[in-house]
Amino acid sequence: MGDAEIIPIGTRGKPGRGSGSVKPSSSARSLATRQPGAQQARTAPKKPVARRAAPTDTVPVEHTAAPTATTPEAVTIPTPRAPSQAAAIISEPADHRHPTSGIPAVDWLSGFTSAAVEVFGENWEPRLAAFLAFLRRRLTGDYSVDEYGFDAEITQRFFMTAIRPVAEKWFRIEVRGVENIPAAGGALVVSNHSGTVPIDGMMTAISIHDHAHRFLRPLGADLVFKLPIVSEMARKGGVTLACNEDAERMLRGGEIVGVWPEGFKGIGKPYSERYKLQRFGRGGFVSAAIRTGVPIIPTSVVGAEEIYPLVGNIPSLARLLGVPYIPITPFFPLLGPLGLIPLPSKWIIEFGEPIRTDDYDPGAADDPMLVFNVTDQVRETIQQTLYGLLMQRKSVFG
Amino acid sequence: MGRVVLVTGVARDLGRRFARQIAAAPTVDRVIGVDVQPPRGDLGGVSFVRADIRNPVIAKVIMREQVDTVVHMSVLPSPGASGRTTAKELNVIGTMQLLAACQQSPDLEHFILKSSTAVYGSSNRDPAMFSEGMNAKRVGAVGFVKDVNEVEGYVRGFARRRPDVRTTTLRTAPALGPGLNTPTAAYFRLPVIPTVLGFDPRMQFLNDTDLIDSIEHATLTDIAGTFNIAGDGVMMLSQAIRRLGRPAMPLPGFAVGAFGSAMRQARVADFSREQVAFLAYGRGVETTRMREVLGFHPSRTTEQAFGEFAASLAPGLVSERRVRAAEAALAGALGGNRDRREERPDDLTAELTAANPGSGDHHG
Repeated sequence: MGDAEIIPIGTRGKPGRGSGSVKPSSSARSLATRQPGAQQARTAPKKPVARRAAPTDTVPVEHTAAPTATTPEAVTIPTPRAPSQAAAIISEPADHRHPTSGIPAVDWLSGFTSAAVEVFGENWEPRLAAFLAFLRRRLTGDYSVDEYGFDAEITQRFFMTAIRPVAEKWFRIEVRGVENIPAAGGALVVSNHSGTVPIDGMMTAISIHDHAHRFLRPLGADLVFKLPIVSEMARKGGVTLACNEDAERMLRGGEIVGVWPEGFKGIGKPYSERYKLQRFGRGGFVSAAIRTGVPIIPTSVVGAEEIYPLVGNIPSLARLLGVPYIPITPFFPLLGPLGLIPLPSKWIIEFGEPIRTDDYDPGAADDPMLVFNVTDQVRETIQQTLYGLLMQRKSVFG
Repeated sequence: MGRVVLVTGVARDLGRRFARQIAAAPTVDRVIGVDVQPPRGDLGGVSFVRADIRNPVIAKVIMREQVDTVVHMSVLPSPGASGRTTAKELNVIGTMQLLAACQQSPDLEHFILKSSTAVYGSSNRDPAMFSEGMNAKRVGAVGFVKDVNEVEGYVRGFARRRPDVRTTTLRTAPALGPGLNTPTAAYFRLPVIPTVLGFDPRMQFLNDTDLIDSIEHATLTDIAGTFNIAGDGVMMLSQAIRRLGRPAMPLPGFAVGAFGSAMRQARVADFSREQVAFLAYGRGVETTRMREVLGFHPSRTTEQAFGEFAASLAPGLVSERRVRAAEAALAGALGGNRDRREERPDDLTAELTAANPGSGDHHG
């Protein structure tokens, strides 16, 4: 009984357990010999007009297949006529060649058109053609990258599109002080670093792209370029190695360069030390800015500390794998992949007032005292802004 | 009296072509080509001396012919089918012997070394663009990178000992050209191209005629120093493979090394284990000094050099023609207007904005 009820739904009236094959599976065949009535009930209503032998009393099965109460009648009544029905069943598969064969081409076309309008908007035809052209150019390598391997097209159309919903919907980023990002020319964005995984870098990049319409060119640690896949995406997304040569080269080229001087000390610090800035490296970023005469924009990111609260570390495993730390968060190894979902904290990114460096003469970059002073000034600015933003924030997830 | 030029490594295509080209220069009287094997093609007006530069006989040739310019072009990643030890022997010991012979020669005035950008190595700690003053971040224990570094070291030592000789080192990017047989070309000729999984290196190429022209330029102008020679711009390896229309085969790093060794054993292609680092991290060099100090301007960019090379090969499985055909078929089937597509400019955003106001003029 239970079989008779389930099979008509699961296989949609076709033999072979809905696998789409013309021949029924062995289990389906054994089913047919044991209970021919079930087959009959299943196939008969499909083409009631074509088959004059089909009794009208089986037709309701199609509509009332689900309720268990009506099925017994539907199955048991045709059983006496099984031999004649079985003969009809053998010739049946010719009518049911493909599940889609019944849909006319016009329906396909209109279905596709409405789907295209849904995806590309009213103006879908040129947009679709443009999209195909884009695909073709990607497939044939007909695009260009800059000397750092930055692929503006893929960054804009793929990476940015992918992380934008995260920035806007998940972290609900509030961006302040966009006017401090210059519309043209080089600048050095210096920011605090936190969050176990450098998501704050990506979020700063998309904030600058969407609000100031410039690309952020982040400087990444050498580990970034050692990891497979990460290295590939990083170069394409505009990251280059955090070294003086690259930083100065990019700043001279008039790019907005992003640097996180705390490095792994900042991003991998325990949750208990959240929003406490770590040491700012050796101040290499300041000498790069002084040499190229670009302004330093102190940037404070609030919210990133809470996405993956780092409560522990496995230093021995980290050493074994050659990475700076293996994070333990309240959810990470515990919930497995689910623990990789960042907590939806509320973010505020504030771009501070630029610190000008073009007043110093180029030799000043080699004056350690001056470099330390400027480094300290940047660090203090960011720390004070962080405290200020934390005071204003109503709650972590607010 | 014109100059007498000695060119090593003329058995190779590039050496032979350079020797022929420099022989045609008006200020050059005589060109002597030296190699252990006879050249494969026509040497034209070049006199060929079959000699091993590891042998002191080279000193006699330099003395007797009163050579005033030596162009050392036989520092090669892999000389023929011979192994790593032979390659090192030829590169390093050969250069030592040649420099020893040069040091003895009173007539010598110019020494030009054709080095390679491989001198910078490849690692994850590399800056985006190497300039001439930088060193390799990581030099392997063996391999071509180490060879080139040692060879350049000997040449610098020679320049110190003979300050009267003008010494010029040209670090050239991998050369590509139709019909040119270099390890890089052999790699790109593979029907399925192995890459390192998860890495997409930046690469620069140099057109083969540009390479020869740059050495000629350095030979005939009197400028000393070290210069990077490469076409403008960089290409990603994935991009290059797509332009060839060949499928890439990403393999984990260790497997690429093993695969390369197997290919070398089978004599199909000659890309060695040490190139795995290059295939993972890539390399870019800065060419400002080439333009401003040396005064050489390559006629082709990296993309053009690669394009000419790609055009000389049979299109691969996913050739541009097929992709275009598939695109046309798709656009046609999905109701795209074929006429509009023909006149589409390449810039996508420009296309979009241009298409938006005029969307009424085609049937929808």
